[in-house]
Amino acid sequence: MTPERLARGQELIARYPQPQSALIPFLQYCQEQDGYVTLQAMKDAGELVGVTPGEVESIASFYTLLFKEPAGKHIIQVCRTLSCSLRGADELQSYIKRKLGIGHLESSADGRFYYEEVECLAACDRAPCLQHNLEFHYDVTPAAFDSLLEQWLTQPPQPAMPAE
Amino acid sequence: MATFEPVIMKGIGEIDLTDIDIYERNGGFAGLRKALREMTPDSVTAEVTNSNLRGRGGAGFPTGRKWGFLPKDGRERYLVVNCDEAEPGTFKDRMLLEYTPLQIIEGIAIAAYAIGAEQAYIYIRGEFLEGSRTFRRALAAAASRNYLGERIAGTDFSLDLVVHRGAGAYICGEETAQLESIEGKRGEPRLKPPFPAIAGLYGMPTVVNNVETLCYVKQIIERGAQWFAKIGPEKSPGPKIMSVSGHVKKPGNYEIPLGIPARELIEEYAGGLLPGRTLKAFQPGGASSAALFAEDLDVAIDFDSLGAKRTMLGSGGFVVMDDTACMVNCARTLTRFFEHESCGQCTPCREGGQWVARMVARLEAGEGSDEDLRVLNTINNTITGTNLCPLGDSIMPFLASVLRRFPEEFAAHVAHGGCPLKQTPVGAA
Repeated sequence: MTPERLARGQELIARYPQPQSALIPFLQYCQEQDGYVTLQAMKDAGELVGVTPGEVESIASFYTLLFKEPAGKHIIQVCRTLSCSLRGADELQSYIKRKLGIGHLESSADGRFYYEEVECLAACDRAPCLQHNLEFHYDVTPAAFDSLLEQWLTQPPQPAMPAE
Repeated sequence: MATFEPVIMKGIGEIDLTDIDIYERNGGFAGLRKALREMTPDSVTAEVTNSNLRGRGGAGFPTGRKWGFLPKDGRERYLVVNCDEAEPGTFKDRMLLEYTPLQIIEGIAIAAYAIGAEQAYIYIRGEFLEGSRTFRRALAAAASRNYLGERIAGTDFSLDLVVHRGAGAYICGEETAQLESIEGKRGEPRLKPPFPAIAGLYGMPTVVNNVETLCYVKQIIERGAQWFAKIGPEKSPGPKIMSVSGHVKKPGNYEIPLGIPARELIEEYAGGLLPGRTLKAFQPGGASSAALFAEDLDVAIDFDSLGAKRTMLGSGGFVVMDDTACMVNCARTLTRFFEHESCGQCTPCREGGQWVARMVARLEAGEGSDEDLRVLNTINNTITGTNLCPLGDSIMPFLASVLRRFPEEFAAHVAHGGCPLKQTPVGAA
C-alpha cells in the first residue's frame, strides 16, 4: 500500500470505534483515484481493516456505486423508476443510448462513457432526472441532454466517482 | 391555495439556511439552547413522547417511545441518523439535507442529549454527494460555534457527529441494514430481536432516527409538545412533508398538517392534474404502498386513516398516475425496483421478487399468459410476511392493488399481446 493510502486509511479508521467501518469509505477514496475498485485496492482495504480480500470483494459487490471494473470518465445514471417513467424517462433513455451508442451497464469503446439506468434518485419533482458523476441534472429533455454532453466534454477532467 | 404555514420547510427557497448566520437569525439553535439550559434529558424525551411525534422515515413508530427503550445500563449508546432516502417517490430528506442542514444538526444534538449519546453517525445516501458536501460544511460551521464538539454551549454535554456516505443500496435505509453498513459489512438486515435499542451499532444501544423526524424534534422542543399534538389527528399528529410527483401540475415537496384529504394535496397543493386528464391511481406512501384510486380521494393523509385503507403513509412519497398511465407498465417499473434492491438473504423476497418481476415484464411485453395472471393473483401470501425485513413485504402491495382494481387492464395485455392503451407522453398534444 502506498504511504498516502495508508495515511488516508488511518484517518478514516480514526472516525470509528471499529476499523472495519472505514472499509467502504476507504474503497470510495481508492475508487476516486483509480476510477474503479481495483484488486490492489481490495487487498489494501483488507490489510488496513483486518479482513481477507475475499471478504472485501463480497462486501464491495453489495454496493452499486462501487465499480469492480473500469466504467468510464463520464458515468451517466438515468432514473428509471415510476415518477421519472411517468414523465418521459423512457424516451430520454432511448435517446441517450442512441446518442452514445451504448446500452444499459455498458461502457463506450473509448472508455469515455458509462451508461446505466438506475433506481429512484430522489428528484421525482423534476423528472426525468439523471446524475453525471454523481451530480444531479433535472428536467432533462433530449435537447437538454445534448447541451449537457457538450458541457461535460469541454470541462476539465474530474473524478467520475468522488469520495467526499 | 393551501394556507398551512410551513414549519421545517420555512425559509427554504427564500433564504440561504445553509449559512449559519442566517440560520441563527431565524431561530436556529434556539431549540438546542433551550434543551441544554432548561431541560433534563428525561424532560426532552417526555416532551417528544407527549407530542405523539411518529417517525417520518416510513414506519411511523412513536419517536419518544423509541428513545425510551434504551436500557440505562451505563453502556455507550449511539444515535444513527438515517438520511438514506431511496423510497421511490420520496425526495424530502434530500431537500432537507441540501437546504436546511443546520436544522438537522440541531435536531441531532437535541436527540443525542435526550438519549445520552456522545457519538452520532449520519448515514447519507451515496448518490447525495452534493448534499453530503453541503452537510459537511454545515457541520464544520456548527462545530466552530460549539453547537457540536466538546462541552456544547458551556454545558457538560459533548457530541461528535460523523458523516458516513452510503455506496448504493436501497436496503441500507432499513435500520439494521444501515447498522451493518456502517460497520463496514454487506447491508443485510438483521434478525430482530434484539432490536437496535438493546444491541445496535457495534452491539451497543442505538437509536436510529430519520432526518425529517429530527427536524420536528427541534421544533417540538422550541414550541412545546402541545403545539405539535394539536395539529392533525390525535394519534397521528403534526405536520409532515409530502413529496408529490407524477402527473400533477406542480410536483414538489409540500408540508401539510396531517389529516387533510388526499384531494386537497393533489388539487390545492400540487396544482391539480394536467389539463384534460383524469385520476387513475395514486400511491400515498412510496413504492412500498398499495395504490388508491379516484374513489378514495377523500381519505385523510395520516398514518391510521391510510392504514385503514390497507395502504400506508410510509415516507410520504405521493405518486399520482392519470388516465394515460398503464398500470401494467407502472407495476413493471416497481416490481423491477424491488427485484433489483432485494439483498438476497430471504428466499421469498429474492426468488419471489424475481419471479413476479419476470411475469409482469412478460405481461407488459405482450408475452404473458392467463397462468401468469393466476399466479400473480395468488402469490401474495407466499411473499408477504415471510421475510426478515419489510422489503419483501413491499413487493406485492402496489401490484396486488392495481390487479384488484383493474383486472381487465392486465387481461387485455394477454388478449391484445401488449398494451392496449395508447400512451401519450407528457407534453404531447
